[in-house]
Amino acid sequence: MTSARLAVDIGGTFTDFALQVGAKRFSRKVLTTPQAPEQGVLAGIEMILADAALKPIDLGLIIHGTTLATNAIIERKGAKTALLATAGHRDSIEMAYEHRFEQYDIFMDKPAPLVPRHLRLQVPERIDATGRIHRPLDEKALADLVPVLRNEGITSVAIGYLHSYANPVHEIRTRDILKQLAPDIAVTMSSEVCPEMREYERWSTACANAYVQPVMDRYLKLLEDTLTERGFTCPIFLITSAGGLTTVAIARRFPIRLVESGPAGGAILANHIALERSHDHIVSFDMGGTTAKICLIDDGQPHFSRSFEVARQYRFLKGSGIPIRIPVIEMVEIGAGGGSIASVDNLLRIQVGPASAGSEPGPACYGRGGLNGTVTDANVMLGRIQVDRFAGGKMQLDPKASASALAGTVGDRLKLDATTAALGVTEVVEENMANAARVHAVERGRELSNRIMIAFGGAAPIHATRLAEKLNISTVIVPAGAGVGSAFGFLLAPIAYEVVRTRYVHLNDSFDIAGLNALRAEMRAEATAVVRLGAPTEPLTEGWTANMRYRGQGHEITVTLPDGDFDTDSVATLEKIFITDYEQQFGRRIPNLDVEVLSWSLRLATVGAPITLCPPAPADHAAEPADHVEVIDPPTGKFERIALYNRSSLAPGSTIAGPALIVEDETTTLVTKSFTARIDGFGAVVMTRT
Amino acid sequence: MDGTQTLNDDPMHVIHQQIMWDRLISVVEEQAQTLIRIGFSTSTREAGDVSAGVFNVAGHMLAQAITGTPGHVNSMARAVVHFLDKFPAATMKPGDVFITNDPWKGTGHLHDFTVVTPVFRDQTMVALFASTCHVIDVGGRGMGPEAREVYEEGIYVPIMRFASAEGTNDTLLEMVRNNVRESVQVIGDIYSLVGCNDVGSRQLLAMMAEFGIDTLDLLGAHILERSRAATLEAVRKLPKGTFRHAMRIDGYDKPLDLVATMTISDDGIDVDFTGTSPPSSYGINVPFCYTEAYASFGVKCIVAPKIPNNEGSLAVLRMHAPENCILNAQHPRPVATRHVTGQMLPDLMIGCLNQALDNAVPAEGTSCLWNLFAFGGTSQIDADSTEMMKARAFNVMSFHSGGTGARPGKDGLSATAFPSGVRNVPVEVTEAMSPLLLLRKEYRTDSGGAGKFRGGLGQVIEVITLDDAAFAISANYDRVLYPPRGRNGGSDGMAGRLTLLSGAVLKSKGRQTIAKHETVLIEMPGGGGLGNPLDRDPAAVAEDVHLGMVSLAAAAKDYGVVLRADNSIDIEATTAARQSRR
Repeated sequence: MTSARLAVDIGGTFTDFALQVGAKRFSRKVLTTPQAPEQGVLAGIEMILADAALKPIDLGLIIHGTTLATNAIIERKGAKTALLATAGHRDSIEMAYEHRFEQYDIFMDKPAPLVPRHLRLQVPERIDATGRIHRPLDEKALADLVPVLRNEGITSVAIGYLHSYANPVHEIRTRDILKQLAPDIAVTMSSEVCPEMREYERWSTACANAYVQPVMDRYLKLLEDTLTERGFTCPIFLITSAGGLTTVAIARRFPIRLVESGPAGGAILANHIALERSHDHIVSFDMGGTTAKICLIDDGQPHFSRSFEVARQYRFLKGSGIPIRIPVIEMVEIGAGGGSIASVDNLLRIQVGPASAGSEPGPACYGRGGLNGTVTDANVMLGRIQVDRFAGGKMQLDPKASASALAGTVGDRLKLDATTAALGVTEVVEENMANAARVHAVERGRELSNRIMIAFGGAAPIHATRLAEKLNISTVIVPAGAGVGSAFGFLLAPIAYEVVRTRYVHLNDSFDIAGLNALRAEMRAEATAVVRLGAPTEPLTEGWTANMRYRGQGHEITVTLPDGDFDTDSVATLEKIFITDYEQQFGRRIPNLDVEVLSWSLRLATVGAPITLCPPAPADHAAEPADHVEVIDPPTGKFERIALYNRSSLAPGSTIAGPALIVEDETTTLVTKSFTARIDGFGAVVMTRT
Repeated sequence: MDGTQTLNDDPMHVIHQQIMWDRLISVVEEQAQTLIRIGFSTSTREAGDVSAGVFNVAGHMLAQAITGTPGHVNSMARAVVHFLDKFPAATMKPGDVFITNDPWKGTGHLHDFTVVTPVFRDQTMVALFASTCHVIDVGGRGMGPEAREVYEEGIYVPIMRFASAEGTNDTLLEMVRNNVRESVQVIGDIYSLVGCNDVGSRQLLAMMAEFGIDTLDLLGAHILERSRAATLEAVRKLPKGTFRHAMRIDGYDKPLDLVATMTISDDGIDVDFTGTSPPSSYGINVPFCYTEAYASFGVKCIVAPKIPNNEGSLAVLRMHAPENCILNAQHPRPVATRHVTGQMLPDLMIGCLNQALDNAVPAEGTSCLWNLFAFGGTSQIDADSTEMMKARAFNVMSFHSGGTGARPGKDGLSATAFPSGVRNVPVEVTEAMSPLLLLRKEYRTDSGGAGKFRGGLGQVIEVITLDDAAFAISANYDRVLYPPRGRNGGSDGMAGRLTLLSGAVLKSKGRQTIAKHETVLIEMPGGGGLGNPLDRDPAAVAEDVHLGMVSLAAAAKDYGVVLRADNSIDIEATTAARQSRR
């Protein structure tokens, strides 16, 4: 086994490759081949191995992330799936929250469930809220459903029974009977994929898992076989939405845990960059062509959450997608990217996104027939994107097209000249991102100011300083070569697995020390079995959290538990941790209220990639500009002549006073007037507010 | 940032105003999200039965959170003025927090608490934040229509200080704590209202510091004027005229007529409710603030759905109701279940607008919520006291909905709230909080009114208790005697029903005891259909049958669509059946 490690990230348009051989790094981008994704993967692997002069046998590890599961749901190209639901409750996944997520729109539609009504089959059984069996499972009725599954050509089944998080016995029995009567049909139990209260979310998660399982199973098997055929002997790991690595076997059982792995890679990268520089509190800002993702990371660890929505149909509105409850790295994603289209609403307000011009036709300045003014067009108008230096000069941009598109979509209606309209567009998109970040932070009870921003992705470095100003952040880091950030993030991910259990505990009257320690031991054993598949001997770290709340409250806050078994002091400790966290998030404690715990989770992981601290850069020296260009000054709305630097010629220790542009092939960094940039020991651009 | 308070002829001024407006909307959304996250009662935390907004020092609403329900939002919009009447701005001090649950000055019944917090920048008041939520209990008779006067409906907190810089008003807290049934949840919710206003205030002050503004005067004027102008512009696109519409609903002891006369002119929309039935002797009366809220919501959905809600956009829609009318019930009329009447108002408004817009509007829907309010415990139930000795005390409020009316070009939504904006409570949560078990909760086949576009389906819920004792429900249901009407040739939705599985028909309004072995059957109305059912695409009918939304029999009877055993359409028979019916 060698030290060569390869990451492969299949995205919607491109498949990214990152290869680490010792201290050397290689990267590649190829077009994704949606019909047979393994082909693009193989082609890219061959190219990048050639770049590094390696043979298949030289690879020690392949880490794979993919949007295939997400796309199968968005495009409704999953398996023909049935839901076996508690009799009388099959419509839960369609009724959803019984509400309209867009209040004033009488024409809105709710997301269609992944399993249509005629494939939601009713199973006589019932367990109550305490886990007691109210009505035994009718095994005969269940067996009678098998021919129905056959007639409908069902290849995957989700089992969703009420209160199965409290007692999974009926779901387990149902799975066993199905395995006996129809062994070829894939089965997902809601109590296994998401053992949590709230039937709509749990069953939706189970249906989504069942829906993508055959697709992912087939793909992963094919990929494994093909790689073996070509002489690859190394293990393959999949990256999960929680930013951990997992084995192919687990990925094939819980493919839903693979959705949104790309953004997770970005968060891991940002975290790593921060740790190299000894920063504890950061905000990672990843902006591409269609969306921007903002993630808060504290104490060297992204935050995790368990709720997520996939395939939002209604812009980025909460409730318009399918809820998935799996461990995810907590972040907010909004429709704000370089390709986001600008418009004017009937209140004469500039709107940007969420519609995107994508890569085809792309922004107007690409000259591929795009007629809508986009954020990229606005940046062209403002001089922030230099038309003859875009993509290393390989692609000539057309500023006239930008001007006429922005006039058409914004300027004419608001009676603004093209430059002011362009400035309006960038200000609005930056404000949108700042607002999303603020709402996200307040929802999680975290502060934004005093964080370090790590910016990457094609469009982030141009907007990062302005966003930082809005969020009262004084340091922004743009790492070197962040074009394939997610894939490089994969290389840094630990092998990890998360286990959650719902168990109500009132701190004052039902804290059963022995019982809870037994529960924790059981969770530890489950996670260990999974993690050890990929990390037989490595040291592991345990991260325990509990979802706690005041008794009777509806939503919990996640608190970190101390390591080690519970003892007689634990009630007092837990209460203290909860109240401290609560007060920090919401500003006041509520006197005389009991505290309760709803669920317990464990993240078991290998110790992450070792951190090499960023060496100090040589003494500061002012960098030599490559050119001077006309760029807008936002406060005055006037053009001014500012210095332009080529990033490739900036050595560590170089300093640049804003305003300035730093240009590289994949992106441009805008250093606003209030920032000074400096290249650090690892070649990152570090901008500090002066 | 420099340059924000430059002259209006600066082109960047326009953009800065917009940025600050967007920020204000974001701030109130943060306020609402905080309320939901820290709220206690199911209505706050699961259902989002809340509202949050920011007001200028004159008490005019500048922005409201998108999250929230219309009955709260548009009534809370008027509430802050009442606070300022009693506590003029000049008397408010940093640290002050005010509170009320006055149905006429808040949001329509005692169960809604509204908290108002003034915000100070350098000792000068710059804005007020208000928030509202529905608490689980206010004492009195509990949530139901039985009371004959508001005095019976629970504790009444007039507009007063909840806190000052010296601390909270402990007398008030003690009074509330000792007058309500679920005091932990109620007090917790009040603290949540205070807490979410604090979050809003903090964010507003940060925004003002960032943009370097000392007051919201210029920004507020811009928001109100721009919103007013945009709403007027939308109104002016409508045909002018006066349109009258009437709707009969069940009422409590006798049917009610809701009557509206809508005048569309160049300076807005005026609605007069003259002709509407007088107040009821029971708690289905509507304070005028709540009438205004739902009526203006209904108009806005059709006329100007995308314009943010604030004093500017609301001012263009003017409501008038005579004082002797159920839509302007006066103190001390009982008002606890005012929503059952008030939520009908969007349908009434849409009925008026239908005449102006030539059928380009939805049919009537269930409109009022069909919530499951149930409780148990020793003293609340009419049952043998030895049986009730061992009864588990509980109080659940779970929000549910029937079908909405068919829409131009689209079917109605099944089991979906309109006009209310609340979310349901998961079955598993309801069952964990009570001894109840919901045996069934599924679509009610054939309940959607037939039409070219079908009404949304209602749902059926069957409830039993696992406790060895009786329990009670408080029914607040309408559309049982008078179902949602179809439009333009569409059929009515199916009427709602409340019965015991054993056969007895229950009252659709009021508290009733359910004996321990009985099963309650709640069948919710479907929405009305739109257009002639014989014009519905036979493939759509076949799909409805396939999915079990429409029965085979109803496909033939209501739509004239004849299906074979394999669900394929018998085209000849269908054509013949449809021709014979035209």
